[in-house]
Amino acid sequence: MEYMNKTIEEIHESLINGEVTVKELIEESLKKSHEVNDKCNAFVTILDDAKEVEVTDNLLSGIPYGIKDNYSTKGILSTGSSNTLKDYIPFFTATAIKNLEKAHAIAVNKTVLDEFGMGGTGTTGHTGVVKNPWDLSRMCAGSSAGSASAVAAGVYPYATGSDTGDSIRKPAAYTGTVGYKPTYGMISRYGLFAFASSLDHCGVITRSVKDAAIVVDNMKGIDKNDMTSWDSSNIHLYDSIDSNIKNKKLCYIKELCNIENYPNASDELKKHLENFKQTINKCREIGMEVEEESVDKTLLEAIASTYVVISCAEATSNMSNLTGIIFGPRGEGKNYIEMMKNYRTEGFSPLIKRRFVIGSYVLQAENKDKYFHNAQRVRRLIVDTWNKLYEKYDAIILPVGSGPAKHLDGSLDILDKNTSALEEHLQVGNFGGFPSITIPNGFVNNLPVGVNITGKCYDDINVLNIAYALENSMNYKNQIAKEVK
Amino acid sequence: MDKYKVIIGLEMHCEISETNTKVFSSAENSYNDTPNSNVRPLDMAFPGTLPVVNKEAVKKALMISIALNCKQPEYLYFERKNYYYPDLPKGFQITQETKPAPIGIYGELVYECNGEKKKARINNIHLEEDAASTDHHTTFSTIDYNRAGVPLLELVTEPDFHSSDEAVSFLEAMRSIYKYANVSEADSRKGQIRCDVNVSIMDANLDETDPKNYGTKVEIKNVNSFSGVRDAINYEIKRQIELKETNKYDEMTQQTRRFDETSISTIYMRSKVDAIDYKYFVEPNIPKFKIDPNWIEEIKTLIPTFALQRKENYINNYNLSDYDATILVKEKEVSDYFEETIKLGCNPKSSANWLTSIILGHLNKYELSIKDIYLTPAMLVDLIKMIDDGKISSKQGKQVFYKVLEDKKEPAEIVKEQGMEQIGDEETIREIVVPIIEQHLELIEEYRKGRNVFDFFVGQVMKQTRGKANPSTTAKIIKEEIEKR
Repeated sequence: MEYMNKTIEEIHESLINGEVTVKELIEESLKKSHEVNDKCNAFVTILDDAKEVEVTDNLLSGIPYGIKDNYSTKGILSTGSSNTLKDYIPFFTATAIKNLEKAHAIAVNKTVLDEFGMGGTGTTGHTGVVKNPWDLSRMCAGSSAGSASAVAAGVYPYATGSDTGDSIRKPAAYTGTVGYKPTYGMISRYGLFAFASSLDHCGVITRSVKDAAIVVDNMKGIDKNDMTSWDSSNIHLYDSIDSNIKNKKLCYIKELCNIENYPNASDELKKHLENFKQTINKCREIGMEVEEESVDKTLLEAIASTYVVISCAEATSNMSNLTGIIFGPRGEGKNYIEMMKNYRTEGFSPLIKRRFVIGSYVLQAENKDKYFHNAQRVRRLIVDTWNKLYEKYDAIILPVGSGPAKHLDGSLDILDKNTSALEEHLQVGNFGGFPSITIPNGFVNNLPVGVNITGKCYDDINVLNIAYALENSMNYKNQIAKEVK
Repeated sequence: MDKYKVIIGLEMHCEISETNTKVFSSAENSYNDTPNSNVRPLDMAFPGTLPVVNKEAVKKALMISIALNCKQPEYLYFERKNYYYPDLPKGFQITQETKPAPIGIYGELVYECNGEKKKARINNIHLEEDAASTDHHTTFSTIDYNRAGVPLLELVTEPDFHSSDEAVSFLEAMRSIYKYANVSEADSRKGQIRCDVNVSIMDANLDETDPKNYGTKVEIKNVNSFSGVRDAINYEIKRQIELKETNKYDEMTQQTRRFDETSISTIYMRSKVDAIDYKYFVEPNIPKFKIDPNWIEEIKTLIPTFALQRKENYINNYNLSDYDATILVKEKEVSDYFEETIKLGCNPKSSANWLTSIILGHLNKYELSIKDIYLTPAMLVDLIKMIDDGKISSKQGKQVFYKVLEDKKEPAEIVKEQGMEQIGDEETIREIVVPIIEQHLELIEEYRKGRNVFDFFVGQVMKQTRGKANPSTTAKIIKEEIEKR
């Protein structure tokens, strides 16, 4: 009998009934960790000595889970999937992980990410490429690639993620899982390795909306160590989802969703958008109103560059602490400047270096207004546009990406610059700090695809409820990856 | 010298020493500890740490902003100043720039220079974090992170000073304000005060209100004492005049120099064209903070009257000399002590005399603070009253003072114990005088013959009363009793 492929409620029930012990759960999860690591390369560290804990009333107690390796974990290697921290063992634990510890959750591994969360492919971690358990020739997307891969493969019911652009919500779509990032500041970022602080969110990858609610209920909370965290003690996500979606109104943006906008659409994109249409019909069938809205194309096309400018600028500053002097493998050199230079030159992957150059460039005195300040202004315009829609609608529903998971061999995918906004629109959720969830909504060529629901700030319950009702109307809840190739 | 006008601007850094913790971390803010003992993860920039603003530091900064008649911002922001240096573990300093507005802009301070009142305009004052301190040895350097994150106020003046005297007087006035407001010990020996000095010269016949007429600005960095400021300015004036006189001034570029304490000279560091681009941007981890006008009002009530105003009050209303008043206001504790005695009804002159001569003499001799001694203002008032009432002589008063400090007892108690209390009551004295006269009636005869017998009788009375009888009363009674016979 296997348990790690079940929902949190089911596993909890089995623990309470004595059908299974915590020890057996850990053993099962560790065994699967090793199997999945061999196949998908999902983990930086597998915690073979994971300790049993007492089962309590808390739904998470005694149940194994995974931690993305950019969360600081006391006494446990925390690398951010970077060579610059390949030997770094922190002496403090991130608040969100501490909260899970308090719930008696059991961490069994640390999952691979794109180096410091900067990447959307799951291919830039220092331990190598993460593969998609549905099709090993495809990526999981990123940066929470290991977490998505493991949850999809049934290693455990959930793993933490972090999301600066779409790092939880896109891997969820590519792996047929649920990816949820709550409103900015609901979960403390203390102990999460910073990428771009104004965009960084903690969140979770699960296999059902309810599980996502349970996990975030336990991760969240105001934290004296994070000034951007806020008191959500009156918000009980799990207790509040009841699939009552009467009078709920959604909208989608036609410039993103209509196939006419993509003259060179691939077969996958066509199927993906057709599938999205069916999901919209589902929404209507179960009693929600869905309207089509129009957003200025120029603004939509500015999303990606706005994101690049802001995230790279913040990243280059945030990662200036990585000098190899205080922590990390110290570089060789005649003086501190050489030591630092060598450490950074050898430690960072080319992708990150490219982003640092962009970040420095846009912050230079002579460029700052043109790039950085303009990006801030566009960010504001985009957020205002979304907030305007929230005056009329409970949430915005949009397809995730332009189809199923892309190939690891990039030459197999056709580049279509028309789909840039479709690929990147989830970043708006980070611009505004909006609660945002991706759930699976079907298959294209036997591979999972996802749909995203994003609402206004502090309206997490509403967003989860809509996602929950929609999930219930479809057949993809708690699906485990079946290797198709 | 008269051919040229000197234009000086100051940047004064002063650590806020009087908060419990650092400005963005919960580490203790104290100077005299073992190196690297007041350190939290943030102070060494461990991955995942976040800054949390210390409200007490903001309050102290606002206090100085208000005291300098600056405008306070509606919202508080912090910015990142990005640069690499071994004493800056994050790779950026959290500080404030002029846009958005820092803790104070456009103020002014009236200060005294060689007995003359002058006014200096303040461009801005901002709150930031200090860097770690480094010590350079012959083959290695050490870093102490105790100082990393200590709150620091940077005050930038307009170029309103024309001599080293003015500049140093201004700095002295600021130091006094920092101490009076209980913001900082402002001790340059502890490295709590550091200055950057801008010096330029211009032809004396030009209009100095027009910045176009200013000469080439030379910035002297990191001058760590007021005498250093004086020396650096004087050296720089001399150097620049020499360049003028030898027609080399026009070749001098706008530049940064450093002050060398050993040679008492300034040394070229870099030209303005090599200035560092700090790539400032708003610190995303500190949400903008609305400064409540009620809070400002509350802080206003906590600002004490400063030295200059107190001094004027003492001279004009208590008729103290400029010299005494200057001494009394030098330390706020002494001035507060003085004012307390007056509140208790003491004569200002007597109190001032006691403080400036005996008490401060004692404090200086033993390097004590007025808070360290047992004698409270109320005790001093009692002591002075006993002297004024003729209960004890002023010579005895001094003995009582030292005895109070030594035995930690009230002055009255000491007087009693030591039997110092004078007998001033006429009837009591008469009861002593009469028997003595009656035993020496023969002397009355002598008296009538013109011999001086008073000294003998007074001596006898003093012998019997062990010197406690009031001498003038005793003489009066003796005379009366002799005349009677």
